[in-house]
Amino acid sequence: MRRAYRARRFLHGLAESVEERMRKLIEIENVTHAYRTVAGPLPVLDNLNLSIPQGKFCAVVGPSGCGKSTLTRLIAGLMFPDSGEVRLHGERVRSPRKTVGMAFQNPVLLEWRTILQNVILPLEIVAPTMAKAQKEARARELLAMVGLEDFEDKRPSELSGGMRQRASLCRSLVHKPDILILDEPFGALDAFTREDLWQLMHKLRAEEPFTALLITHDLRESVYLADQVVVLSGRPATTQFVLDIDMPGPRPIDMLYSTQSVDWLAQLRDQIEIAQGRGAKTEGAI
Amino acid sequence: MTRAEIQKIVTPILAIIIVLALWEFWVWYMGWPTYKMAAPSDLWPAFWQYRELFFINAWQTLWRTVVGLGLAVVVGTILGMIMGLSRVMNDALYPLLVGFNAIPKATVVPVVALIFIGQHDFNTILVAFMISFFPISVSIAIGLSTLEPEYRDILRSLGASRFTVFWKIALPKTLPEFFGALKVAVTLAFIGTNLVEIVTPHGRGLGSLFDSGRIASNYPLMFAVLIALAILGIVLYYFVVALERIFAGWAERRPT
Repeated sequence: MRRAYRARRFLHGLAESVEERMRKLIEIENVTHAYRTVAGPLPVLDNLNLSIPQGKFCAVVGPSGCGKSTLTRLIAGLMFPDSGEVRLHGERVRSPRKTVGMAFQNPVLLEWRTILQNVILPLEIVAPTMAKAQKEARARELLAMVGLEDFEDKRPSELSGGMRQRASLCRSLVHKPDILILDEPFGALDAFTREDLWQLMHKLRAEEPFTALLITHDLRESVYLADQVVVLSGRPATTQFVLDIDMPGPRPIDMLYSTQSVDWLAQLRDQIEIAQGRGAKTEGAI
Repeated sequence: MTRAEIQKIVTPILAIIIVLALWEFWVWYMGWPTYKMAAPSDLWPAFWQYRELFFINAWQTLWRTVVGLGLAVVVGTILGMIMGLSRVMNDALYPLLVGFNAIPKATVVPVVALIFIGQHDFNTILVAFMISFFPISVSIAIGLSTLEPEYRDILRSLGASRFTVFWKIALPKTLPEFFGALKVAVTLAFIGTNLVEIVTPHGRGLGSLFDSGRIASNYPLMFAVLIALAILGIVLYYFVVALERIFAGWAERRPT
């Protein structure tokens, strides 16, 4: 009798925790990592905690070289932390998985393939048995969404920087990844193109919801795009501050000029200064 | 044919004719006899007289160069892959290769001829290979080791194997460098073949025809052989260019 009760309670707890975990797509728990260099270990992450719920957009900002890119490689399963845990869907990341999409500052398109064939690339790895026509249809659908429908058969070198980055975003989304990892994808673009692509991100999210982790140096970008902005401290990085941007999409670009946004930006600016170890106006962050 | 296409063919032909005319004029102006310097007009009779020997020997030179070059491509690519994908192997092999490449191949020819005595075809191919694999392995190694990590990560993050990354990204990305090196290697292999043909007395190949011209004091023949070598070199070079167009044509910037 008592045993049955305990079992039921256990099962109930298990079900609850699975549901709880599913809601939190990515969990990073007490992650510490150091690179081994000739001069000795170089700590980059120190007791980092971060969790991203399903469907949310999380932006990570922090001083240069604070280990933000290391974070992306940990989530992608390309690296493993010295201690702590990275979990996807409540499951510990032990190897790369097919459910991740990545885009970088450098669009890294393959020069010998057309734009369409570039976008298809992840499908060749993730779904090798999928019919070619089906792959192409999927890629065309995305390219049309980002306004590149007339450039499918062009080579990357024939496109502008902004168009190449659009193609790169299509490639990172073509296999419908659970999590999109964006490592400063808009960093090398001019200001106007960047704002175009910010708006495009909202459009893409509205059409095909995804969970995203964005690494950026641009505070306006983080406020405009993210549901949650995480400020990392200087190296070794730890979670210093979390700001919830409570504003359901799609967001007009002029939301950046609202009093609320200016206030958010000021808060983030202060936190960055603390992270850089100077001019702390607001003490008392973790 | 468009104007641009005609121009592309006519310009080099014109340049060749001008050079030959200057050469002819120069020899005539200096009043040199053929044993000092042959004029272009002396070459055609020399070629026509020995035309059969020219074709037989050109074929000898050609096939041994191509086989040596093929060997250099295979071995050079494998070495390049080993060095490009493993830092340790790169550190270990690089100085060895540089040292090996620095040895003048003319000094290697008698050594090889002594080791594999009488194996003329084999010796020739071996020297052509030894002289030409270096640029290929270096270019492949550099191409592979300078691959930006993002290129690797887009596939590795999806769980692709190292081989898939190599096959889908690293290899095609290295092709332009490979063909650049192949253009250098094709000329080098050609030099290697002729070196053996001239230095070791086996009577095969254009090099040996050159040598018999020297022995017989037939200077027009010697010059005719040089021109034949130049033509063969051009043919081989443009063959590589054609291959490059097919396999790495994407690397050429199209006018936009």
